[in-house]
Order: sequence, then C-alpha cells, then structure tokens
Amino acid sequence: MIRTIIRPAACALALKGSTALPAAAQEGVESAIDIQEVTSPGGIEAWLVEEHSLPFTALEIRFDGGAVLDPEGKEGATNLMMGLLEEGSGDMDARAFQTTREGLAAQFGFDAGTDTVSVSAQVLTENRGEAMDLLRQALIDPAFNETAVERVRAQVQAGIQADAVNPQRISGRTWFEEAYPGHPIGRPLSGTEESVASLSRADLHAAHEAAMVRDRIHVGAVGDITPEALGTLLDDLLGDLPQEGPALPEAADYALDGGTTVVDFPSPQSVALFGQPGIARDDDDFFAAYVLNHILGGGGFESRLMDEVREKRGLTYGISTFLSDTEYSELWLGSVASGNATIAEALEVTKAEWADIAENGVTEEELDQAKTYITGEYPLRFDGNGQIASILVGLQMIDLPPSYVLDRNSYIEAVTLEDVNRVAAELLDPEALHTVVVGQPEGLEGADHEAADLPSVLPEPPAAAPETGASQTTE
Amino acid sequence: MLRLPALPAARRLSIALPLLALPAAGMAETGDVTAYDLDNGMEVVVIEDHRAPVVAHMVYYKAGSADEVPGLSGVAHFLEHLMFKATDELESGEFSRTVAENGGTDNAFTSYDQTAYYQRVAADRLPLMMEMEADRMRNLQLTQEEVDTERQVILEERSQRTDSNPGALAGEQMRAAQFIASRYGTPIIGWRHEMEELSREDALDWYRTYYSPNDAVLIVAGDVTPEAVLDLAQEYYGPIAAEPDLPERVRPQEPPQRAERRLTYEDERVARPYLIRSYLAPERDSGAQEEAAALTYLAQILGGSSFTSVLSEDLTFESDIALFAGAGYGGISLDPTTFSLYVTPAEGVSLQEAEDAMDASLRRFLEEGVDETQLERIRTQVQASEIYADDDAFGRARSYGAALTSGLTVEDVEAWPEVLGAVTAEDIMEAARSVLNRDQSVTMCVVADREEDLQ
Repeated sequence: MIRTIIRPAACALALKGSTALPAAAQEGVESAIDIQEVTSPGGIEAWLVEEHSLPFTALEIRFDGGAVLDPEGKEGATNLMMGLLEEGSGDMDARAFQTTREGLAAQFGFDAGTDTVSVSAQVLTENRGEAMDLLRQALIDPAFNETAVERVRAQVQAGIQADAVNPQRISGRTWFEEAYPGHPIGRPLSGTEESVASLSRADLHAAHEAAMVRDRIHVGAVGDITPEALGTLLDDLLGDLPQEGPALPEAADYALDGGTTVVDFPSPQSVALFGQPGIARDDDDFFAAYVLNHILGGGGFESRLMDEVREKRGLTYGISTFLSDTEYSELWLGSVASGNATIAEALEVTKAEWADIAENGVTEEELDQAKTYITGEYPLRFDGNGQIASILVGLQMIDLPPSYVLDRNSYIEAVTLEDVNRVAAELLDPEALHTVVVGQPEGLEGADHEAADLPSVLPEPPAAAPETGASQTTE
Repeated sequence: MLRLPALPAARRLSIALPLLALPAAGMAETGDVTAYDLDNGMEVVVIEDHRAPVVAHMVYYKAGSADEVPGLSGVAHFLEHLMFKATDELESGEFSRTVAENGGTDNAFTSYDQTAYYQRVAADRLPLMMEMEADRMRNLQLTQEEVDTERQVILEERSQRTDSNPGALAGEQMRAAQFIASRYGTPIIGWRHEMEELSREDALDWYRTYYSPNDAVLIVAGDVTPEAVLDLAQEYYGPIAAEPDLPERVRPQEPPQRAERRLTYEDERVARPYLIRSYLAPERDSGAQEEAAALTYLAQILGGSSFTSVLSEDLTFESDIALFAGAGYGGISLDPTTFSLYVTPAEGVSLQEAEDAMDASLRRFLEEGVDETQLERIRTQVQASEIYADDDAFGRARSYGAALTSGLTVEDVEAWPEVLGAVTAEDIMEAARSVLNRDQSVTMCVVADREEDLQ
C-alpha cells in the first residue's frame, strides 16, 4: 500500500470514535492470569498464579498490624525490627546472611508500613529450597545482634533527620498528626529520635512476635511453582510463627476542620498536602467516588485539576488527588507544589474546582472517558510476577475474592452519572479541606502559622507513596 | 516539508535473536527480540512478551540535552513537554486524552543522550499510538501562549525536582565541575536563567533539526509479533521522509583532566553531611564494551552491596566510619561518563576522616586485588538479573532504547551478557588502576554548615 499523503489523524479520529473497549479491557485480566486459591497442609492460605515461562517465583507476604502495634514510647520498634531481619539470623551475622543470599541471587525485601509489614522475595527455581531456608531463618529466628542493631539504629536515625528537612515529608507528617492526634496512625512510622534511641533488643523481639503472626498472614505467589510445592513451602516458611498477636487499635477519630496550616521552611517552592474525609472501601458508593476522583485529580494529564492548575495556568509541575483508606481512616487527599508566590493561587483554583464539581457534578462525556481509561488501565497493572503477587495480596488485605480481578471492571462500568454527581454533592466539601503548606508561601489568607523553626522530629504518615506519605486505596 | 515517500521495503537486520542462554537457569520463553530498519532510516526493535495482551510503544530520538548548544540549556526537555500540544491533526492535549480514552497511559522523558515518548496500552490499540506518534514527529503546532504557559511549568518542575532538593543542587554543581567541555556538565532540565529565556523559535528549531525518522528508534514490547509491527511501522512511520540535513552527532569532548577538583556545597537543608567523588570513566562503545564491563563489576565489588562490598566491609563493618558507602557506574552513555563513590560518615566522624578511610580502602583493594569468591557471587547475580529482567518487558524496552540512542547496536546489547561473563579479575584490576586516579576526579563535600561540618 502506497500512501501518498500522511493523514494519521483521520484514521486516529475514526478509531477514537469507536466505542469498542480495548481488547485488554474486554478480556479483563482473564487471559493473563488464572488465580488459584491454595491452602497448605498446615492451613496457610495463599493465592497463586502459575507462570512457568521464567525460572523464578515472586512471593509477597503481608501481615495486618504494622507500626500501629508499636507500644507508646516505643514508636519505630516495628520499623527497626523489619530493618534488622536482613541483618543476621540463626548463627549468621549480617555479612554471612547476605553472602549466602547473594550467592543464591535471591532478592528479599522487608518493609514496615503503618498498618502492615511486608516480606517480598524473588527466588530462582534452581535454588528455591535453599533460598527459602534462608528466608525462613530471617523470619523465624532473627538474631538482633548488638552491632547490627546499633548500625541500623544509626541509619534509621539518619532517615528521621532527613525527613525533618524534607518538605513533602513534613507536609504529610504535619497533616496526619493534626488529623489523628493521639492515635497510632498519627504517629511516626520510623519513630522519633528519642523513641528509636530507647529501643532495646527485648523491644525488637516483642515487635517481631507482635507483627508476624499466622492469623494475620496474606500470601500472593506468582511464577514457576505448583500449588503442591507452594503449600509445602509455606508450611516450612511460616508454620512456626506464633498464631496470634496483640489486639489492633480502634478506628481513629478525624480531628481536622477546614483551614490552612503553614509550616515555615526555607525553600523557593511551597509543597501543599490537602485533604478531607473520604469513603470506606466497602461502601456501595466507593466506585462512584473512585471514578469521581479520577476526573477531579486522579488521572495523569486528563484531570480537571491538572488542566486548570498546570495546563491552563502553568502554576505547577503536577497536582493529584487520591482516596486513601486504612483500617483506621478514610481520606480524600491531594498534593501540589508551586512557587512561594503562586501557591496561594494554585490552592484557590483547587478549592474552586472542588466546589464546582460538588455543586455541578461532572458531564456524561467526562464519565465515559474516565471509565474507558480506568477499565483499560487495569490490565496494564498485571505487569510481571512481582507486580501481580503484590496485587493479589492487596486484594486479600481488603477481603476481596480472587474473582474480583475479573469483575472489577464491571463495577466501574456500573457507575452512573447520577451516582457520581450524588457522591460529589454528598462528599466533596471545599470548606472541609484542610491544607498543610510547607515553604514560605505568600498571600495565604487566614492560615495558622507554625513556629518557624522545625521541630527536630515530626510524626510520619502512613507510609508508601513518597510524595505524601499516604497510600492509595486498592481498587 | 515532507516529500512523497517511496514504498518502504524494510531491511531486516536480524530476526528472532535468541535470548541469552543462561546455562545456570535455562532458556526463557518470554523474550524474543527482532530488529530492522525502515528505508527512511528509522530503527525498529520488537520485544515479544505474550503473557498479557498489552504493549509498550516507545519512540526514542537521538537527541538529548547534551546535544544542545550553549545558552539554550533545557530546550530538549522543553520541547519534550511541548510535544503534547497541538499538531496539524490533533488539538492541544488531545494526544494524551486519546491515549487515556483508549485505556492507556503515556509519558515522555529527556536525558543527556536521548528523548523518549511512550504509551502503555492494550495491544490492539498499537496502530492508533503509531498514527499519533508519527503525526507529531513532523506536524507539531505551537502557539505563543502555550509556549509561555509551559515555560512556567518547566520552571516549576525545576523548583520541585532541583531547587527544593539540596542533593539535586549539589549533584548539578558536581557535574558542572566534572565536565568542562562536554554538555554532560549542564543539567538536563537547564539552568534557570537560560530556561527563562527559551523561546517558541528555540523549541521549534530543536524540533525541526532532530525530529525525523532517521534520528529515531521505535521500540515495541509486549503482545505483538515482529511481522505485524513491521507492517504497522511501514504504514505509519514509513511514509515520513528522512531528514537530509540531520546533523552529525559530534559533540565537544572532555580534555584530559590533569588536576583533582574539589568543592563544597553548603545548604541548610542538608540533614547529614556526605561526600561524593566521581572519576572520568569510559562508556560502553559499540564493539568495544570490555572496559565498561570490567567497570560494571568494579562498581559491584566496591559498592554494590551494603553488606559485602569492599567499601561497606571496610567502612561500616570493620570500622565505624560510615553509615552508608557505595559506588556507582552506568556504562550506557554516548560520550565518556563517570565512576562514582560516596560515603556518609557515622556520627562523630568528620568528612576528612571518612574520605581518608575511603582512600585507604581503595588502596587496599588495589594492592590485594579481587576476592574470587566475591566475584563468583557477583557473576551469579549478574546472570540471575537477566532472568528477573525478562519479567519486565517495559524495562527491557527502555534498556534497548537507551542503548540504541547512546551509540550501541542491538548486537552490542545482545553481546553484553557474554562480555560481562568474560570479564576476569585481572580485567577488573586493570580498569580500577586506570580509572581510580585522583587527578581525574572531582570530590565534593555536601554540608549544612561549613564551619560545623568541615573541621
């Protein structure tokens, strides 16, 4: 075929006019993954996707609990404990452990979150048994030997000091501290310099026993492994953990009203975190709120806030909003950074959009575009064994069934314009928005200013996303 | 300015290059790579991964910030932002909106040696992505108002990513000291005072000079066949005429460095003082990747593991000098690059003490040579990393894109694991002796308070 003139967009327009969903969205993730529910002989439940084309397996293990289990005054115990799991166990010191791991080319990750701790592993098929023995030793029999504790304690303290001069971190910590005073989720995940300094080996052993317990386990496995082999592996790996842990905290009371808090910080740009109460993950209106958020500030270049604040006015490099749910909190959060001279305008435009969408809702066209994107994007997430394992565990943590990955797009499709606009009117409240601005903003009316000199330690928000510190709700 | 195209008959360079055989772990089924050139000079690489019905579509241009002329720093990145505005066929913003309406995600990035645009989308939407990407290769339309607004956006981006980050500001000064002729010494995003002056004409000059099929590499990775991609590439990119006046990629080269350079960056936002050193180092060259391979191992040996590498052993385990110590080297670069070391002293240890200990550790290594058991472990990990990398089709696409716009060929990328596998302890020591020369280095102290942190 010889094309004598290039008219790419003519075709493009024709394709764009089609209402057909992308094949990937139509097929959902059905063609990509087949989730098996596996129960080990010892009773540990896991979700497995067999994928034998590459000779390795990704394993993602999470435990409900996390840093909220830190006793008062022992903030940071769970975080330091998780940091020490790779620093020696059994008879091995840190270097012996790592030398063995490196020789197996196994990859282990140990992380503490506000309401969870996680263990990630990628192991080659050829030495999976040895790699799992090593991981088991780290999980069941950590050494917490003194030199390792002191070394990692110093590294954690350096991180706390770095967070204290990081505007994003300061905004997150300040916001959560004000939103949930006194509740564990308003406290620092890594602890304070004082609390971390006070942690003893006994505290670390206590944190270990509290955090990693059998009745709070969720497991996702993806890769070159059969259900039978996985069952045996899980019993060996996790069977000797304690059965139960201490009670989890009660839900947190949200304490913020609308308004602005300014934290003075020497920077040419101001960083803002804004938020208001959100919606429960199991609320019937969750998906309507999710689609609404996408239109408001969730979707890349396409959101209203991105268009108004960046594309039309050039006030920022990026602005985004997201729903953030934990066992203890339901929030609608957003963040933006802008020059000290322009942040006031950026926030004013943001608040006006918040008000407009609450009052006037969204259009049918916006809703359709959002649905096409959200449903089409979903299969793109199932991108690699580690990613898929992580998704599987995320769903288990919010009590969703394996069939959810196939049904999820139908929940998005079922959202109507009435739903979205009702939820917008009910939930979005520009007067409830509370904003923490870190920088030297000009022209912010009615803001409460915090002391110019930063407290040396501030609480840290529920960790995950580096920008705001709060994690986005799984959907 | 487009001439009528002749029927493009693609010239096949190679087909279905087998994945690198990994004796230890067996063959991977998921990743065959096919490469060919279109008649207009556009290179095409297809990476097959049929596990999910999705695809990554990437177009790389062999034009990055290091191709800019003095005074116009940031123009490569500025144009990258402006590429999302209108074309003859699409209105401003319609490109990304269309991708989103088709359930895809898109973005772009600029580096020293390349600028890239990509979409991740359902595999059946590949034709549409190609149509739009081909359209904006030649048909961009920019209004003055959009240019002015977007300039504000990139200035905010600089504020956010560089000016609000003392580590980024320090790194910028470090590179400016390391590279005195190469444009690698100028930040990709640009110096603020030059960014403020970038005009619509500057951006369009850049666009007209570099955005053409003979300066571009197409990478498609995912649930596609090479034959289908070739047909589509011919249909959409094939008709675009090659740019006859594409400049040769000849850039200012570093003179020999004969004297150590030292600097101190002071910023009250620095939480903990630290020290970085960079040495001028060779990059991977087509057909000659051996020294870069040796340096890749050297970085692993000196600082690749915070537990078992030489600097960690000496500075954090055998002594209490450092909280963190490491090394870095990336061989994919068109022009000579750097080999870097860093150390964050422990509480109560001065930067000078930390630097002295780091140098003592390097001396010990140069005298004692490579620990063979450590080398074996690193070899195992290098082999395994090829398997883990096959799990990430998008990552593989980016690796090929970076290599092919940095003077390397598909054959070089394919040969790389073998080149790595052939590196001997003696090769590593020879590379170490050649590169770890203080006269060819820059050392920077990053401190919150000069008085306090530099006694």
